[in-house]
Amino acid sequence: MRGLAQSYREALARLRVQALLDPGSFSEWVGPTQRVTSPHLAALEAPVSFDDGVIVGQGLLHAHPVIMIAQEGQFNGGAVGEVHGAKIRGALLRAVRDKPGAVLLCIDSGGVRLHEANAGLIAISEIMRALFAVQEAGIPVIALIGGACGAFGGMGIVARLCDVIIISEEGRIGLSGPEVIETVKGVEEFDSRDRALVWRITGGKIRRTLGEATLLVDDDIAAFRAAAGEMVGARSLFLKKRGLNPTTSSLQTLQAAQQQLGARAELDAEIRDGQVLWSRMGLGDQVSLMSPEQFNRRLEALES
Amino acid sequence: MRSSKQTLLDRLFPMGHAIAQEGLVLRGWGETKQGRVHVIGTTDHAAIDTRIALTLSDAVLKAIAADGSDPRPIVFIADTQGQALSRREELLGLHGYFAHLARCVNLARQQGHRLVTLIDGEAVSGGFLAFGLLADCIVALPGAEVRVMDLRAMARITRIPFERLTELAQISPVFAPGAENYWRMGGIHALWTEAEDWSEQLLVLLQGNPEDERARLGAERGGRMLAAIVAQQVFHAH
Repeated sequence: MRGLAQSYREALARLRVQALLDPGSFSEWVGPTQRVTSPHLAALEAPVSFDDGVIVGQGLLHAHPVIMIAQEGQFNGGAVGEVHGAKIRGALLRAVRDKPGAVLLCIDSGGVRLHEANAGLIAISEIMRALFAVQEAGIPVIALIGGACGAFGGMGIVARLCDVIIISEEGRIGLSGPEVIETVKGVEEFDSRDRALVWRITGGKIRRTLGEATLLVDDDIAAFRAAAGEMVGARSLFLKKRGLNPTTSSLQTLQAAQQQLGARAELDAEIRDGQVLWSRMGLGDQVSLMSPEQFNRRLEALES
Repeated sequence: MRSSKQTLLDRLFPMGHAIAQEGLVLRGWGETKQGRVHVIGTTDHAAIDTRIALTLSDAVLKAIAADGSDPRPIVFIADTQGQALSRREELLGLHGYFAHLARCVNLARQQGHRLVTLIDGEAVSGGFLAFGLLADCIVALPGAEVRVMDLRAMARITRIPFERLTELAQISPVFAPGAENYWRMGGIHALWTEAEDWSEQLLVLLQGNPEDERARLGAERGGRMLAAIVAQQVFHAH
């Protein structure tokens, strides 16, 4: 047994990487000693980071070789700029060549880095294409989401392209952040300061409920490690059991997904709050009290 | 259909086309000297919501199913102000609908469909990422506007004052909206001018390499000097 739980949300990306992988197994590519920083941030006199806010490298997870990509949410909200995006793309292209057991993608990002918005948008598109290439090579990509920035903007799309999404209750996934919606559409549409509401719209439990995430875990790095380890170790078995996103999309699987998403879009207009959905499913107000394990079990029972 | 879109389709397909508008989605076919192509797109600066995303993915899946082993090119017309901004759409998981659309587009490429995007009007952020920006080849038509985010929202997120952002937008290619800037960075392959024969130019785009060469193009054109090099450094690192 480990000692006290180490919060995934509170940890810096470097600590997450160390604690997720087998002790001492991680080696980094183009790390901070190489000081490959963003020239665009420097031009705006904004602070730079020696790793441009993302760590890429290889290591072992329960003795299986994996490629690790971890965004640092505390640097510019984990946002993707030219260098940051190129590091992720390079690691994905390397996965196609090296064929690791899996790619772990620790997303903690608001999306495109606005200081270099054009480069960031193209970079995310390049990441999407590289991610498809990894999946076409038969290598699963596992997203881990539990940082304070969640997975938003283009990185929300990237998250959903992954084969498996492990998320904590505090983790969030979406496209437009609440602040953006509030700024453009007004506080009546989305009050970004109402944290409970934000959680009911984009948080781990609602994402797991809708099938937008695979597994809910505690906000504990060891819990993320155990869940990712289970999937890498028994990946074919796992994908068969929970496979929302088969590694290679076929016409049949995408036609089935089209039906499923179509049915969800038909939900009536009343549904503007996760609570309404939970009430209709008979989960009522118990949701916030349920542990991740209880919640997963309850949903699996409802799904079967 | 808006008359400017009708004019565009007439110029692209003088040999004929049958393209219907469903909501803000365009779908149908156009005739070229190299045969018939699928046309799928959006109009009137559509804010892409779950329904539009589903109509687009449905059109892509039907094109794949219809062609079977003889995949025809797909011409995407991108005209979008970005994703719909709505609490309900976020709850439904709009990002998941976009990811599904992206998978459909990628399946089309895998099946051998040539993918060409023409930006007519505007191409913004998430609405552009989900399909137009995934094509093999991307062209901006005259007057096309390409950008990431509304400057007011950007000011709030970056905590840089709106006035300062407006100033910066005038001088910084990596940050400022504009098709020309995207061309320099390799994100747009070509900029078409008003005087050219678009139906002839389209023919050239209907063949080519489906590999993602945007980082290399960005370096060649001097607009994105690090994307290709840094990816290579990671690829070859010990």
